[in-house]
Amino acid sequence: MEGDGESVSSSASTALVAADVDARSILVLRGGRSKAMYQFTQQSLPACKPVLTPTSVISTLFLMGIFCIPIGLLSLHASLSVVEIVERYDSECVPHQFRLNKVAYIKDSLIPKNCSRYLKVPKYMKAPIYIYYQLDNYYQNHRRYVKSRSDKQLRYGLQYNDTSSCIPEESNDGLPIVPCGLISWSLFNDTYSFFRGTDELRINRKNIAWKSDRDHKFGKHVFPFNFQNGTLIGGAMLDPNVPLSDQEDLIVWMRTAALPSFRKLYGKIEEDLEANDVISIYFLNNYNTYSFGGRKKLVLSTASWLGGRNNFLGMAYIAIGSCLIVLALVFILLHVKNPRPYGDAMYVSWNWKGIPN
Amino acid sequence: MKRCVYINDDDLSHDIYCDNRISNRKYTVWNFLPKNLWEQFSRFMNQYFLLIACLQLWSLITPVNPASTWGPLILIFAVSATKEAWDDYNRYLSDKKANEKEVWAVRHGVKKHIQAQDIHVGNIVWLRENDEVPCDLVLIGTSDPQGLCYVETAALDGETDLKTRVIPSACMGIDFDLLHKVKGLIECPEPDKDIRRFDANLRLFPPFLDNDVCPITIKNTLLQSCYLRNTEWACGVAVYTGNETKLGMTRGVPEPKLTAVDAMIDKLTGAIFVFQLVVVMVLGVAGNIWKDTEARKLWYVEYPTKGPWYELLVIPLRFELLCSIMIPISIKVSLDLVKGLYAKFIDWDNKMVDQETSTPAHAANTAISEDLGQVEYILTDKTGTLTENQMIFKRCCISGTFYGNEIGDALKDEDLVNAVATRSPDVIHFLTVMAICNTVVPIQRQNGTILYKAQSQDEEALVHAAAGLHMVFVKKNGNVLDINFNASVIQYEVLDTLEFTSDRKRMSVVVKDCQSGKLFLLSKGADEAILPCASTGQQTRTFSEAVEQYSQLGLRTLCLAWRELEEDEYQEWSLMFKEANSALVDRDWRIAEVCQRLEHHLQILGVAAIEDRLQDGVPETIETLRKAGINFWMLTGDKQNTAIQIALSCNFVSPEPKGQLLLINGKTGDEVRQSLERVLLTMRITSSEPKDVAFVIDGWALEIALKHHHKAFMELALLSKTAICCRVTPSQKAQLVELLKSCEYRTLAIGDGGNDVRMIQQAHIGVGISGREGLQAARAADYSIGKFRFLKRLILVHGRYSYNRTAFLSQYSFYKSLLICFIQIFFSLISGVSGTSLFNSVSLMAYNVFYTSVPVLVNVLDKDLSERTVMQHPQILFYCQAGRLLNPSTFAGWFGRSLFHAIVVFVICIHSYAFEKSEMEELSMVVLSGCIWLQAFVVALETNSFTILQHLAIWGNLVAFYVINWIVSALPSSGMYTIMFRLCRQPSYWITMFLIVVAGMGPVLALKYFRYTYRPSKINILRQAERLGGPILSLGNIEPQSRAFEKEVSPLSISQPKSRSPVYEPLLSDSPNAIRRSFGPGAPFDFFQSQSRLSSSYARNCKDN
Repeated sequence: MEGDGESVSSSASTALVAADVDARSILVLRGGRSKAMYQFTQQSLPACKPVLTPTSVISTLFLMGIFCIPIGLLSLHASLSVVEIVERYDSECVPHQFRLNKVAYIKDSLIPKNCSRYLKVPKYMKAPIYIYYQLDNYYQNHRRYVKSRSDKQLRYGLQYNDTSSCIPEESNDGLPIVPCGLISWSLFNDTYSFFRGTDELRINRKNIAWKSDRDHKFGKHVFPFNFQNGTLIGGAMLDPNVPLSDQEDLIVWMRTAALPSFRKLYGKIEEDLEANDVISIYFLNNYNTYSFGGRKKLVLSTASWLGGRNNFLGMAYIAIGSCLIVLALVFILLHVKNPRPYGDAMYVSWNWKGIPN
Repeated sequence: MKRCVYINDDDLSHDIYCDNRISNRKYTVWNFLPKNLWEQFSRFMNQYFLLIACLQLWSLITPVNPASTWGPLILIFAVSATKEAWDDYNRYLSDKKANEKEVWAVRHGVKKHIQAQDIHVGNIVWLRENDEVPCDLVLIGTSDPQGLCYVETAALDGETDLKTRVIPSACMGIDFDLLHKVKGLIECPEPDKDIRRFDANLRLFPPFLDNDVCPITIKNTLLQSCYLRNTEWACGVAVYTGNETKLGMTRGVPEPKLTAVDAMIDKLTGAIFVFQLVVVMVLGVAGNIWKDTEARKLWYVEYPTKGPWYELLVIPLRFELLCSIMIPISIKVSLDLVKGLYAKFIDWDNKMVDQETSTPAHAANTAISEDLGQVEYILTDKTGTLTENQMIFKRCCISGTFYGNEIGDALKDEDLVNAVATRSPDVIHFLTVMAICNTVVPIQRQNGTILYKAQSQDEEALVHAAAGLHMVFVKKNGNVLDINFNASVIQYEVLDTLEFTSDRKRMSVVVKDCQSGKLFLLSKGADEAILPCASTGQQTRTFSEAVEQYSQLGLRTLCLAWRELEEDEYQEWSLMFKEANSALVDRDWRIAEVCQRLEHHLQILGVAAIEDRLQDGVPETIETLRKAGINFWMLTGDKQNTAIQIALSCNFVSPEPKGQLLLINGKTGDEVRQSLERVLLTMRITSSEPKDVAFVIDGWALEIALKHHHKAFMELALLSKTAICCRVTPSQKAQLVELLKSCEYRTLAIGDGGNDVRMIQQAHIGVGISGREGLQAARAADYSIGKFRFLKRLILVHGRYSYNRTAFLSQYSFYKSLLICFIQIFFSLISGVSGTSLFNSVSLMAYNVFYTSVPVLVNVLDKDLSERTVMQHPQILFYCQAGRLLNPSTFAGWFGRSLFHAIVVFVICIHSYAFEKSEMEELSMVVLSGCIWLQAFVVALETNSFTILQHLAIWGNLVAFYVINWIVSALPSSGMYTIMFRLCRQPSYWITMFLIVVAGMGPVLALKYFRYTYRPSKINILRQAERLGGPILSLGNIEPQSRAFEKEVSPLSISQPKSRSPVYEPLLSDSPNAIRRSFGPGAPFDFFQSQSRLSSSYARNCKDN
């Protein structure tokens, strides 16, 4: 108890000595109260008061800058090490006679939607090579779209019959749809097959969805029901004999994207591709992006520890790191040219007219 | 309208007027809920939240679960309703106690014990000595044969002396046994709140002879809450009861007070609301356009071609809800919490515990601590507030000899003791006058000591002093007084008492020495009332010099005089006196005139100087607070001279030539006007000089000035930093507070007596001193402290810290809500302007209520400067007074910061989480954690002092964020199942977080450093100085200096002219107030401030016109 006063006044305490003695005597009177509680009530907990001194600020800025640039270089390196092939196919795959009216082409189910393209692998690509389809200008994050699903139904199927959240695709002919809602209704339905030379490349389309989704979000005993039976057909059909937990395309699709331009995993090629390999791809170009000006792309990409190819992080780190270093230099310069005496009594004159600057 | 009161009539009176039930309650059980809700919803913020909560019930437009708003809303309402209910319940209890007090009253002709609430108009109520008067009564009988009784009216007007009340002439001589049978009629006006006026008529019914109408004035009344003193019993007829009494009419539940900070927050909230409306409007229109042009093409969205009639409204309303978090509901909760804690800190503060009585400070109103830091005017009572209200006889001058000058206490002056021992006749006479010439009643206590009960404390001090010099006033037997002098008993018979009135300024008694049979006239009074009556031969110069010298020391002086009377002269005079006493018309005047005839040719015995001791630390406190830019007005019921003396001795005004006192006086409107104009002219001239000018005004002139020259007086009030208002009534005190409030000043009223209650309730902040005059002021006040000197700590430490903390807390609350709201808006721009929420309901609610509230709540421990530094540089309070830390420009800074941070977080997240990573739940958590990280660093950067609790809260909160989200991510049923685990495994997540922190904080740090170093505020400089160690002594250390000053005063010898140390010397033109009024565009970052000040002064001008 005796030490209280000292420890208090040594730090933030501002007690005048006399008052401190008073305080201590009261403390003794109060007896049992713990020291910390007492300091709390007297607002005199020991505290450190950091002050923005030139040394600390400039060195912080400088160190941060120094620290950022290697991270940026590392990230950039990781990103650049990724080999990525992007092939836009939505317009190329429309036969010439329909180029002026793509919507009519895509809506006419009688016209075959086959299409093929050739890709040259620019660099050696190590397995696994991820196959993504990329949609641009596609608003999976539209409010009406995002809301139109029923997680309970996906999990429990027809047992859960409140599908009101799935409007406007909640039921058909008075029967509920499983899976209901706009998202599943608009399931992406282009398909790809890949050939190297004449050999078909095996595409692994298993395990493309999150395991947690397969195990816990989509029911193992929930089968598609009354799906795509309406007058208006959206996207892909689902095999009514496969439970939802195994419909991985659907599971991937239902992880809605937050940005209007997104990629979704289609499958994985589990063999390496050599540089200058020519890959021929056969598309079934079913999905309608023409009516709203969306774009479809096929992406083949390897992965680094940082994910796919994305230079942003690396560039941003380098830019910010160098900015900070420049700032630090400017401050050093300012400090050298115009040193400020800290806490100079001169500046504490209470002459309010001339605030020093 | 007249009210007819039938005395003692059991049938008629019951129905017409209310009974004596006092009610201070605001609610009843039945109207509590509607009335309280109505009150709560009269605040804009609450209406807004209710609207938002109602809109959220519409699932078509709500982006999040309605529970996220309803929950906090109901909680907030429940908390404030409970608080109100509790307060009201306490009022009910205290009312109940007063209502159920037992009193004696006449019921059906019999005296009975009834409860106070059962008194009806017309009942006869009996009171005994020291009883509190339960309702307004017209006296009809007392124990005194002359029909007098004494009352203490402190609770009503704060005057502590006893007042005499007399029964109406019609009731004179009614037998005690017949009193409860009296019947009659009192015609009186309808109830009003004027405690100085009561004009009524009384007519007694037969058999009580008098058939004439007898006039009744305030002199014949006993008003509620007064105390009967020195009178065995009294009885009266109830005329006003319950809440219709004079006191009840002035009473009322005070309006809830709103702090300047609250007002500013409300204003900013309004601005944000407007901004929100604009955003909503723009986004709503954009959304509708986008929907009609683009969204209809999106087949996968299936927009119906024709929607319902309200279709156009849906998107704007959605955005309204999405943006509703711009105004954080958490701000109210956090503010209430921290305000509660500020109040607790005041309660807990050991340095504000009055050691003598061990009374701690107490904050009754927990909501207004910030205002303490913004006080601009302090209006203070004098007696009991600045002074101890404990009169002590200190010095005297007896026939030209000064006693007590060397040691400051005449009782210990050996010369005087020797003079008493040697029975020097002058000294003996002096002591006799001290002991006898009064209305003191001695009461023998069991242990043999004597307790003196006096009408005035001056008399008490004199009698005590006489006793200390062996002239002990032992007993009063009717009119015979026993004086014990050096073991011999001398008896005096008091023949007449010539009472003290404020006009006469003196009182005298005529006594007969029982041994010698000689008659004496003993007088005491103010020098200007006594010295002119001196006998022709006597030199009075020494006495007036003594008076002068004592006054300079701040002592109250009384001149004592005596004269031997001839038997004939007395007999002759006595007849006239009796006649005057029974006069019906102009009695006061005639008595005064008759007294004058006796009080002449007095032999002046000497001057007694009584000290009304200043409380400890008063001069330093006033000095420090004035340095802090606070102006002081002294409002006292006391005399002008005393007021000025006290003002001089407590640094209130500086003595000549530095200070100048300008008197405003006059009895008529014209005189007052001329005087006012003259003072105003002087003020205008001297306002540029570094001179300490104060004006002095008395109650009468004030009344006229306020009524007829309001505008001129207002200007005077604006010009003058110091004022002394003496002889003012409680309502005038309140009026002055109101006047300053109307000039948009923050006022603090401090007082200790019942007469200060109205002023205390009226002011922005009321501080009560739990002193000798009882606890009324302390009870009515927002803060009660034990001693005046604690005011310094209350304002400079608690007020300042509270203001700083609230300023940060409120702006930060807006910052973090704006941050999240901007992100939502940006997100809606890339989601088809459809009003999708990026975040889920749980995260949003937790963000507002938990993640961002906890660290900032611990900010209540933040101290920018140490208490010691603040005490040494009280001028720093200027930043609080002028609202430098919370105003539109600082708010704009926070607004900009939130916009900047929103851009940083959003841009970095959508780019680093593009393409295959752009899963909604993941992105939302990345963005949210980005915000949380920034929050932690923003709070850390803005925290001035880190205690262990702050570290815990800031970094612990960050950890808690992850722990909570991991737990939520582990629940398969939650929407974000496994999300947080997935993210934490990704290196890109951590790299993104680091990038956000560096990019978000780097520029903020650099900017802050630049401002801090190259455009520093005074606070910054002092912080730097503190860091360097040791206080800066640019202004000199205040504490030691004042100590020295105090020591200097007490042994001051009267022979040398008083050399007052120049304690108060900041150049007035350089003081914060001066700059505030005449702000140039010199300081760039003050621009906003000065503008608002300008506009407010403009508003003032408008008001004047």
